[in-house]
Amino acid sequence: MSTIQIHPYLRLSGLEPLVIRPETNFVNIGERTNVTGSKKFARLIRDNQLEEALSVARQQVESGAQILDVNMDDAMLDGVAAMTQFINLLQSEPDIARIPIMIDSSKFEIIQAGLECIQGKCIVNSISLKEGEEKFLEQAHICRDFGAAVVVMAFDEQGQADTLQRKVDICTRAYHILTQQAGFPPEDIIFDPNIFAIATGIEEHNNYAVDFIEATKIIKQTLPLAKVSGGVSNVSFSFRGNEPVREAIHAVFLYHAIHAGMDMGIVNAGQLAVFDEIEPELKRLCEDVILNRNNDNNQATEALIRYAETVKTEGKVQVKDEAWRNEPIQKRLAHALINGITEYIEVDTEEARQAYPTPLEVIEGPLMEGMGIVGDLFGAGKMFLPQVVKSARVMKKSVAVLTPYIEAEKEQKKLQQQVGDTSAAESGAAAKILLATVKGDVHDIGKNIVGVVLGCNGYDIIDMGVMVPAEKILETALREKVDIIGLSGLITPSLDEMVHIAKEMKRRGMKQPLLIGGATTSRMHTAVKIAPEYPGKVVHVLDASRSVTVAGSLLSKEQQSQFLGGIEKEYTELKFSFDNKKTVKEYLSYPDALQNKVNIDWNNYHPVQPAFTGTKVIESYDLNELRSYIDWKPFFIAWELHGSFPEILSDAVVGKEASKLYKDANEMLDNIIAEQWLTAKGVVGFWKASSDGDDVQVTDNSETHHLSFLRQQIKKAPGQPNLSLADFIAPTTSGYSDYIGAFAVTIHGIEPHIKKMEASHDDYSKIMLQALADRLAEAFAEALHHHTRTTWWGYQPNEQLSNQDLIQEKYLGIRPAPGYPACPDHTEKHKLFSLLRATESTGIQLTENLAMYPASSVCGWYIAHPKSQYFGVGKIQRDQLESYSARKSMALEEAERWLRPNLE
Amino acid sequence: MDIRELLQQKILVIDGAMGTMIQRHLLTEEDYRGERFSNWHTDVKGNNDLLCITQPKIIEGIHLQYLEAGADIIETNTFSSTRIAMADYEMQSLAHELNIAAAQCARNAVTDFLKKNPDAGPRFVAGAIGPLNKTLSLSPDVNNPGFRAVTFEEVVTAYEEQISGLVEGGVDLLLIETIFDTLNAKAAIAAASRFFRKKGTAPLPIMISGTITDASGRTLSGQTLEAFYISVMHARPLSIGLNCALGAAEMRPHIEELSQIATCFTSAYPNAGLPNAMGEYDEQPHETAHFIEDWAKEGFVNIVGGCCGTTPDHIRHIAEAVKKLKPRNLPEVLTA
Repeated sequence: MSTIQIHPYLRLSGLEPLVIRPETNFVNIGERTNVTGSKKFARLIRDNQLEEALSVARQQVESGAQILDVNMDDAMLDGVAAMTQFINLLQSEPDIARIPIMIDSSKFEIIQAGLECIQGKCIVNSISLKEGEEKFLEQAHICRDFGAAVVVMAFDEQGQADTLQRKVDICTRAYHILTQQAGFPPEDIIFDPNIFAIATGIEEHNNYAVDFIEATKIIKQTLPLAKVSGGVSNVSFSFRGNEPVREAIHAVFLYHAIHAGMDMGIVNAGQLAVFDEIEPELKRLCEDVILNRNNDNNQATEALIRYAETVKTEGKVQVKDEAWRNEPIQKRLAHALINGITEYIEVDTEEARQAYPTPLEVIEGPLMEGMGIVGDLFGAGKMFLPQVVKSARVMKKSVAVLTPYIEAEKEQKKLQQQVGDTSAAESGAAAKILLATVKGDVHDIGKNIVGVVLGCNGYDIIDMGVMVPAEKILETALREKVDIIGLSGLITPSLDEMVHIAKEMKRRGMKQPLLIGGATTSRMHTAVKIAPEYPGKVVHVLDASRSVTVAGSLLSKEQQSQFLGGIEKEYTELKFSFDNKKTVKEYLSYPDALQNKVNIDWNNYHPVQPAFTGTKVIESYDLNELRSYIDWKPFFIAWELHGSFPEILSDAVVGKEASKLYKDANEMLDNIIAEQWLTAKGVVGFWKASSDGDDVQVTDNSETHHLSFLRQQIKKAPGQPNLSLADFIAPTTSGYSDYIGAFAVTIHGIEPHIKKMEASHDDYSKIMLQALADRLAEAFAEALHHHTRTTWWGYQPNEQLSNQDLIQEKYLGIRPAPGYPACPDHTEKHKLFSLLRATESTGIQLTENLAMYPASSVCGWYIAHPKSQYFGVGKIQRDQLESYSARKSMALEEAERWLRPNLE
Repeated sequence: MDIRELLQQKILVIDGAMGTMIQRHLLTEEDYRGERFSNWHTDVKGNNDLLCITQPKIIEGIHLQYLEAGADIIETNTFSSTRIAMADYEMQSLAHELNIAAAQCARNAVTDFLKKNPDAGPRFVAGAIGPLNKTLSLSPDVNNPGFRAVTFEEVVTAYEEQISGLVEGGVDLLLIETIFDTLNAKAAIAAASRFFRKKGTAPLPIMISGTITDASGRTLSGQTLEAFYISVMHARPLSIGLNCALGAAEMRPHIEELSQIATCFTSAYPNAGLPNAMGEYDEQPHETAHFIEDWAKEGFVNIVGGCCGTTPDHIRHIAEAVKKLKPRNLPEVLTA
């Protein structure tokens, strides 16, 4: 075991460390968040425009500040309160709080207020011997208790040091007091030997810059590990208003001061001129005044003033974000991809097309390199899904520019080339991946995201859309010679369809790996049900971010067999343990389960009569109102950002991206509402109902409908009932008339907008719109349930619940949906639709697998009894299946097919 | 023997979970209340720290089990014994007393143990200082990110009261642990320094243990591991380390990083793996011990033990696994 050596470097931290080593370049301290130095910032703080004030800080960070100086010394301000408030706000902005803070004040109570808000190791700016040693030591101790480094001003009981000798003497004295009496680590001491204005016309001022530079040299040589800093803009104070000249003076001053050992300085991080790029004449004049050369009788000063008058003083345009525009074309493309900037992509792509021999080489070269970086950053958790989708939008726009040229080239080649029989990957072109949502299912947000992410990683994606029959998927796979097939589905019957496709692939002797994904799928189901049908080729993919590594392993010759071998072994083990576990749970016979129903004293329950029976159609519900019912958590989950809302917006890792996404979502919602993109259409109904065992009779005018429910059969703890939804409707024998309700809601109108977005290669907006339509449909269901409870059915007329309470299902009564855990049989949806005449009144279609189209639709039953609750039926036994199929007059085999997830 | 000398010679073992062991006793609301709080106006079941007053024999028994399993350091049952955390049970005024009682439970267990095992060598009581249920770096109100539920001064005061109770009860060390907001930890450090400065005695050694909450490798308040360490270096701690949130498998890269940058001793006491779907920890003692043995062989650690879900059995396996292994060498701290 070797011994590690640790160096005495100045170590600071925000959310991330900043270690200042001897080889570290000059450290920029951002100066604009200073009310004494920036009029704009002072005004924002005084007017309490804190968001804007934060953007000043962000601009400093983006422009390269490594430490942020914050100063609230203004007579008009309560400095302690302003410092506390602003620093606390800063801490919730991870992109700013990343860097260490320098708390800058001449009042120590303001400094202390700042220290109490910062978790990282910061710098106090400043303490000094101005009020004597005792005060100095006391303040040093407090700084030390917080672990802060300190800036010590060259200031003592006599005043500010204005000569070289005084600067050196005061700093030396302070150094010895701090290290010997306050236990300060010398590397945590930073001296500010005072930068004063030069070229003021007063001859005594002419040597100020030289004094600073010389003092720096001596301090660095004689006071080990101490650092030197200073406020750079003071030096050019006499040229205020003339930014070009000031910037040149700063650059020249820094050049010499850094040579002398200056470690850091407070600068306007966005506006530093580059020494080598200063116009030579100006540079020479600046050097003369700074180094006090050729300056008898202020000659150098006057020469610079004369020159300054010739320099245009109009303010420089803010350049921070546009600097990348000067980079070579490859870098510009990469920058646009990584940052998701579409603004210049068409011009840049055209430029690249002309620069490269063939348009394909633009894709294979700079575009793929850029996307490679995006993929790496995503893989490393440094980019998040919304950013990746934005990158893909840039990529698609760029490819769209190139496509016509590529097609033209292909046409030409076709004439020379015979058609081979190899797959895309084998022939060296990009590997092809086919994606489809299976027959009977209409949900495709997840599949679209997978398509985008894989597309970003260089795969050629064939997206067949939704409700795609097996036959069509397999034919296309064959014709297009795809390398991988990926299936997606959200509703439970889709699982069977996937099993079917796997069987077909085996029967046809296909070789492609089959990927399984979607909300209803699982590793266990894949292992137990799908994989055995197409052995050694099926892989379950948990989410979009995993799809990349899975595809990568499957398409690498070296890795494929090992990867699939590993998966097969894993799935075999899973299946083995599943098969062996099956018998562990104890089940009741169906008659016994029926006996153990929920015990409700119907004699003491008086069902509330709804305000109307029959149906009520809502042609167009106010979207603005629905907005307030939105549950945002599933929205973020759709984008693979996991966490509670609204906490996710301030999450240390994904908070920034989540906030951007939330902002974009709300902007789109604004448009959806203002421009009436979508229509929320729905229907609700209430009818007399009574239960008999697990059946419920519903009377609609004179017609009677029989609903059939399923009952839990697992053996429960003593006293716990075996639940069925039928338990919550008064039995026929009770003599009371009870009611049941139902609803179906949908969001119409998304297609034309999706088409438009697809045409402009904007997957980001497309996925956003789909996700929002889903949220609006759910919000609509929530809103109607609310009206049902308070008015239409009216069993809770005085309910007072917040949206958060609604999301947490704190309301009384339930709205379970056929096909979901409490009533898992999808075919009951037919009855619900027929009672509501839902297709006629709302336009919702049921697919053969009983998914609803449009995809953003929700339906369910309303049950009002206060004891009613959501639950899962879980596994049922054959005796119940037989009873159920008989009661429903449904063939046993068909019932078995629909209830398979509950039978296995 | 001074703990610093001992740490140069061997890897010390710190105890495992207290909550997991308390759960095994299946205590009822009445048990938690004891006689003294039989008429308390709020429910107190779940206030594990209260058991130091109402069921001290149970707590001493758990400490003793850990000592017998091979723990060199045991932690007082004071994770939430501050005025701020006790507000959940409206027991703010008991904070000081709880700490004294807890320190005495641990002290008694050590005395008992040494009576039975006179040659066992020294055992240490670490006063556990938890992270609080209110945090200084994060706003509980998303619409007002600048808002804080508590002030730095309030936190310092609460910790100072806790430390005074722990010291009065006779702890040997202070352990600031499960840190997910570094600013809270800085308040605890400031509280210790204020307490000992006022008391005028030499400060007790401080152990600091942070919590990396997920694969991002950051604390909940957003700091990277190195940034966290830099932020608490000024405490000149006896040790710096990690505990909770992660199992040993996930903790390895972080503890490795820490062993490279820390000038003091390092500690690590992970959970018994990650919780399963039922929220239970099911990593077996030999499995945890196996991971920790690997860290010890690599020279990453000086103090090891267990957090949530670990039991005396885990600690026995860990102690056995590191018994013959050399501790991490302290780095050489250069002065120029």
